[in-house]
Amino acid sequence: MNIYVILKQTFDTEEKIVIQNGEILDDGVKYIINPYDEYAVEEALRLKEQHGGTVIVVSVGPDRTAEALRTALAMGADEAVLISDPSIRTDESGIAALLASYFGSQSYDLILGGYFSVDNGAGQVAVRLAQLLDIPHASAIVKLDVSGGQAVAVRDAEGDSETVEISLPALFTAQQGLNEPRYPSLPGIMKAKKKPFQQLGLNELGIDAESIVSKTERIELFNPPERKAGIILQGGLAEQAAELVRLLKTEAKVL
Amino acid sequence: MSKTFMVVAETRDGKLRQVSLEALQAAELAKEDGDQVTAVLLGYELEGPAEELARCFQGRVLVVDHPDLKSYLAETYISALSQVLSSITPDLVLFGHTTVGRDLAPQVASRLQAGQISDVTAIENSGGDIIYTRPVYAGKAFEKKRLIGGSGIITLRPNNITPAGPASSPAEIAAFDYTPASSLRSVIKDVVRKATGKIDLTEAKVVISGGRGVKSAEGFKPLEDLAEVLHGAVGASRGACDAGYCDYALQIGQTGKVVTPEIYIACGISGAIQHLAGMSQSRVIIAINKDPEAPIFKVADYGIVGDLFEVVPLLTQEFKQALA
Ligand SMILES: Cc1cc2nc3c(=O)[nH]c(=O)nc-3n(C[C@H](O)[C@H](O)[C@H](O)COP(=O)(O)OP(=O)(O)OC[C@H]3O[C@@H](n4cnc5c(N)ncnc54)[C@H](O)[C@@H]3O)c2cc1C
Ligand SMILES: Cc1cc2nc3c(=O)[nH]c(=O)nc-3n(C[C@H](O)[C@H](O)[C@H](O)COP(=O)(O)OP(=O)(O)OC[C@H]3O[C@@H](n4cnc5c(N)ncnc54)[C@H](O)[C@@H]3O)c2cc1C
Repeated sequence: MNIYVILKQTFDTEEKIVIQNGEILDDGVKYIINPYDEYAVEEALRLKEQHGGTVIVVSVGPDRTAEALRTALAMGADEAVLISDPSIRTDESGIAALLASYFGSQSYDLILGGYFSVDNGAGQVAVRLAQLLDIPHASAIVKLDVSGGQAVAVRDAEGDSETVEISLPALFTAQQGLNEPRYPSLPGIMKAKKKPFQQLGLNELGIDAESIVSKTERIELFNPPERKAGIILQGGLAEQAAELVRLLKTEAKVL
Repeated sequence: MSKTFMVVAETRDGKLRQVSLEALQAAELAKEDGDQVTAVLLGYELEGPAEELARCFQGRVLVVDHPDLKSYLAETYISALSQVLSSITPDLVLFGHTTVGRDLAPQVASRLQAGQISDVTAIENSGGDIIYTRPVYAGKAFEKKRLIGGSGIITLRPNNITPAGPASSPAEIAAFDYTPASSLRSVIKDVVRKATGKIDLTEAKVVISGGRGVKSAEGFKPLEDLAEVLHGAVGASRGACDAGYCDYALQIGQTGKVVTPEIYIACGISGAIQHLAGMSQSRVIIAINKDPEAPIFKVADYGIVGDLFEVVPLLTQEFKQALA
C-alpha cells in the first residue's frame, strides 16, 4: 500500500506572535510539524505496520521545512519529498495545485493530512487536493480502518460521529483524538539520515509560477488588543458568587 | 454591474442555524443596491427552516430537499451544490465556518477555481472593495484580506456578525430539482448523534469550560448544570481531554475550537497560551481557580479564587435566581 502524508511545518504552539513591519517575526522561533499532521503521520505508520507498504511524507515550504520532514522520517516514514522554490509565494489554492501536480505522477492508495494548520488555519489545502485529484475524502477523522480497497472512517461532526465507507484511493484529514503520535527514537533519528529525501522545484514539477498564482491577498496584519486583567472578587464564596452575577448585569451588561 | 451573492445555509437538528442568518447579514454588508442574494438550503425535510430563512431577507431561497441529503456526505453535498451552481454564477459564496461549511467550501472553491478566505470574523465594504478580517495562529494575530478580482468563497465564523432579522418582504422559496449523484465512491454507514439537543460550542452565547481541575468525567456535572441554567455549552481544556474526562470535540484552543461567546467561564483551567488562543476574543471572561497565581486570571475580567466544586454550584444558584 502506498500511503502519503501531506504535512506543513508550523510555529511551535508555545510561540507568541510578534508583528514588525507588517510581517510576523520568525527570529529564533521553534518549529514543529503541524500537530494535526503529526496525527496523520502516526496513522500512516500504524497502517503500514498492519498492512505493509511505504509511507512517503510530502511538504511544500522553504528550506527549513526539511527539518519537519526529517522528524517524520525519524518517526518511521520511509521517504520524504520537499517541494521548495523561491518563486512559491501563494495561497491555499496554489499550494493545493502544486501538490496536485506532484501527485499527478504518483501512484497512491491513501493520502493523509491534517484537519487544519495551527498557523494560517484555513482548512483548505487537503480538501482542495482531493478535488483536484478527483478522489473521495473524509475530513476530521477520529478512527480509520482499511481492508481490501475500502476504508471505514469515523468523522467528528461537532460532537456527533459519522461513519463513512470510502473506496480507495482516498484522502483523509486527521482530527485530534485519532491517535497518540510516537516520538522519534534514537535509532529512528540515525536511520532517517539515510532515507531517500527528494527536493523538487517548479521546474522538476513542470509547473510555471503563473499557474499557481494566489487568488487572495493580505492587506494588513495586526495583533488583537491585549486583554487586561480585571478584578479578583473578594469576600466569602457565596458573596463573591452574588457579586459576580450583579457585575455581569450592571457593569458588563451581558445578562 | 449587479452582483449575485449566494449563502449556503445549514440546519442542525431540523432547525436553521444561526450562523446562516449571520452569513445572510454578511452578504447584506457586502452587497450594493441592485445586487441579488440567493440562499441555498441543502438537506431533508426543510420546510420549516426554509420559511424561517425566507423571512429574513429579500431574494430567493433555493431548497434542495432530498432523502439522500439527510446527513452530510462530502460527495452528495458537492454534487447537489454543483448542480445549483450550474444554474447560477455567484460572485461571492458564503458559508458558515462549521463542520459542514469547512468541508464543503473548499470543494466548491476548487471546482470554481476560486480563492477562499476562511473563518472570517468581520467584513467591511470600502467603496465596493470588500475587506475580510480573519484570525491567524488561532487569534494570536489577525489579518485583513481581499479576494483578488472581488469574487470567491468565504466561510464565516459563528457569533461575530449580528444575524439578519425579519425583512420587510420575505424571499421567495423555490424547490430545486436535484438529480441524485450516481457512481458514488463513499457512503454513510452510521451516524451517532451524541450532541443532539445541545447547543453547539462555537455558536453558544455562554461557554462553561472545565480543565484538569475538574478531576474526573463526573466533575463536569456541576458545569453542565450551570450551562443548562445559562443556556450555554460546555467546553474543555486539552488538559481535561488528555486526561480522558471528556471528548476532544469539547477542546478549546489553538489545536481545538475557537470560541467567541458573550460569557466564557473557565473552571479549573490554568490558562496555557494554547488555551488562551481559543477563547481570548470572548466578550467577558470569568475564571474560577484555586491558585491565585494561575495565568488565566491575567486575561479574566472577573476572577474567583476558590474550589470550583464549591463556587460553580453557588453560581448556578445565583444565576437561577437572577434569571427567574
Ligand atoms: C498571497 C499569499 C502569499 C503567501 N506566501 C507564503 C509564503 O511565501 N510562504 C509561506 O510559508 N506561506 C505563504 N502563504 C501562506 C500559505 O499559502 C498557506 O500557509 C498555505 O496555503 C497553507 O494554508 P493553511 O496553513 O491554512 O493550511 P490548511 O489549509 O489549514 O491545511 C490543511 C492541511 O493541508 C496540508 N497542508 C497545508 N499546507 C501544506 C503544505 N505547505 N505542504 C504540505 N501539506 C500542506 C496539511 O495536511 C494541513 O493539515 C501565503 C499566503 C498568501 C495569501
Ligand atoms: C502542540 C500543543 C497543542 C496544544 N493545544 C491546546 C489547546 O488547543 N487547548 C488547550 O487547552 N491546551 C492545549 N495544549 C495544552 C496546554 O499547553 C496545557 O497543557 C493545557 O491547556 C492545560 O490544561 P489545564 O489548564 O486544564 O490543566 P493544568 O495546567 O494542569 O491546570 C489545572 C488548573 O486547575 C486548577 N485547579 C485544580 N483543582 C481545582 C479546583 N478544585 N478548583 C479550582 N481550580 C482547580 C489548578 O490550580 C490549575 O491552574 C497544547 C499543548 C501542546 C504541546
